Amino acid sequence: MHPAPSVIVFTVLSGLGFGFLALLGLGIADPKGWPAFWLWGLGYALAAGGLTASTAHLGNPQRALLAFTQWRTSWLSREAWTSVAALLLLAPCALGDWLGFDVPLLGLLGAALSALTIFCTSMLYAQLKTVPRWNHFSVPLTYGLFSLTGGAILAGTGWFALLCCLALGIALVWGFRAGDLRFAACGSTLSTATGLGSIGSPRVFEQPHTGGNYLMREMIHVVGRKHAQKLRVIAVLFAAVLPAPLTLWPSPLTIGLAVLLHLTGAFVQRWLFFAEAEHVVGLYYGKR
Amino acid sequence: MTQLPATTDKKLGLVIDLDTCVGCHACVTACKGWNDQGYGAALTDQDPYGAEPSGVFLNRVHSYEVQPEAGPAQIVNFPRSCLHCEDAPCVTVCPTGASYKRQEDGIVLVNEDACIGCGLCAWACPYGAREMEETAGVMKKCTLCVDRIYNENLPEIDRQPACVRTCPTGARHFGDLGDPDSKVSRLVAERGGFELMPEQGTKPVNRYLPPRKKDRPQEASLLAPLLDIKATGFAGWLDKLLERI
Repeated sequence: MHPAPSVIVFTVLSGLGFGFLALLGLGIADPKGWPAFWLWGLGYALAAGGLTASTAHLGNPQRALLAFTQWRTSWLSREAWTSVAALLLLAPCALGDWLGFDVPLLGLLGAALSALTIFCTSMLYAQLKTVPRWNHFSVPLTYGLFSLTGGAILAGTGWFALLCCLALGIALVWGFRAGDLRFAACGSTLSTATGLGSIGSPRVFEQPHTGGNYLMREMIHVVGRKHAQKLRVIAVLFAAVLPAPLTLWPSPLTIGLAVLLHLTGAFVQRWLFFAEAEHVVGLYYGKR
Repeated sequence: MTQLPATTDKKLGLVIDLDTCVGCHACVTACKGWNDQGYGAALTDQDPYGAEPSGVFLNRVHSYEVQPEAGPAQIVNFPRSCLHCEDAPCVTVCPTGASYKRQEDGIVLVNEDACIGCGLCAWACPYGAREMEETAGVMKKCTLCVDRIYNENLPEIDRQPACVRTCPTGARHFGDLGDPDSKVSRLVAERGGFELMPEQGTKPVNRYLPPRKKDRPQEASLLAPLLDIKATGFAGWLDKLLERI
């Protein structure tokens, strides 16, 4: 699949933002006064910035409000609702932390909606049977752990952040392995795609067109796969391993450094998430 | 509404005969020609006369070589377009309700005025039936020529999809696959029509007819007695000599 920068920025930044907002809502990070203003502001900027980036890949972003209508069937529509609801419900908590008053319950609800938003984002991909690597529960797990880890590092939670880093590292390694087996397991081949398997074994004789097309640009992205193994190692190192020790001595400097390392790993992982994913339509072209 | 109808009154679709398709791409151009001038945004081309031409098509013809266990390989031309699935995954993923499946005839359509061009439906389709119209920023797909099949301004003979009407070998058939007595349903029953990628669980309406069994080439040539030439005379002596060396 084509790794569109807008979608990578969206999933990474809003994932981190909603993870951090959830921890702020739960009170696991509990700043007061002006630090609260800046930290809540950072959470909002990341979450809303990511969501805004996602509109960059729309053909007609001016109609984006229509995306609220189909929550019964569409994960994208559900995500629109949960993200806006989370940002609205957490606003009084943010104000409370800044100005020094207590808001009961809303923080809990807002945190739950933030978690739901992250789940909806992951289900955009995990729901697709056509992309076997994504059609697996390791995807929501990885997205959830990324948000939690990023949020925990930002919040300077010490041991909790360290445990999140470890869990994320293990989930990433396992997710890469599990993903590698998915395409074969889905059972789609050129034989089933053409139905010609009953006659013999089919192979592409001639392509339907000599130029490229939308399908090939969007679903059959092979650039960079040759470095996939190295990039996997880089992703695990930067997202989980390198920031882990830094989390034990939280200070503005170590937190900043750990977040930068983690984000680098997250961007590499997210790029790979798309670049390595193979869509079954590639079978028709004899490519994956 | 992106909830799929539980049942549709009709299941309009195509039956494509892989035996008679000669791979002429007439259906590809007829489709592009018709759908470029009526319903919805045009099917534009990018850089059509340049180094990297690219364009939107709702129908593409692949060619495959099928190697049986014994005997020579066979070339099969394979038109690929929307299968108007009963469980169309492209419809349910749509966040805006632009994608929908019609209850009356089962045709899957895009309301271009509501499409935000997110591309999720194209990702959800295993068959590559949807292509983004990059100029208008909306998703395009086969409409089963909904603006032809019910169009009373056209002569009755033309009230079928452009690809079907144009096919010079009659390899494409259009009809109601929900009616077991329809011409297309009987064709599917007689010829063992099949669906594509059933494991994807989309329940496609369109069916493909497999290539018929080829006549078996005669075991021995009629000319066999004549072909078994024995060298005589000097050539025969040379033949024997060379065999011995």
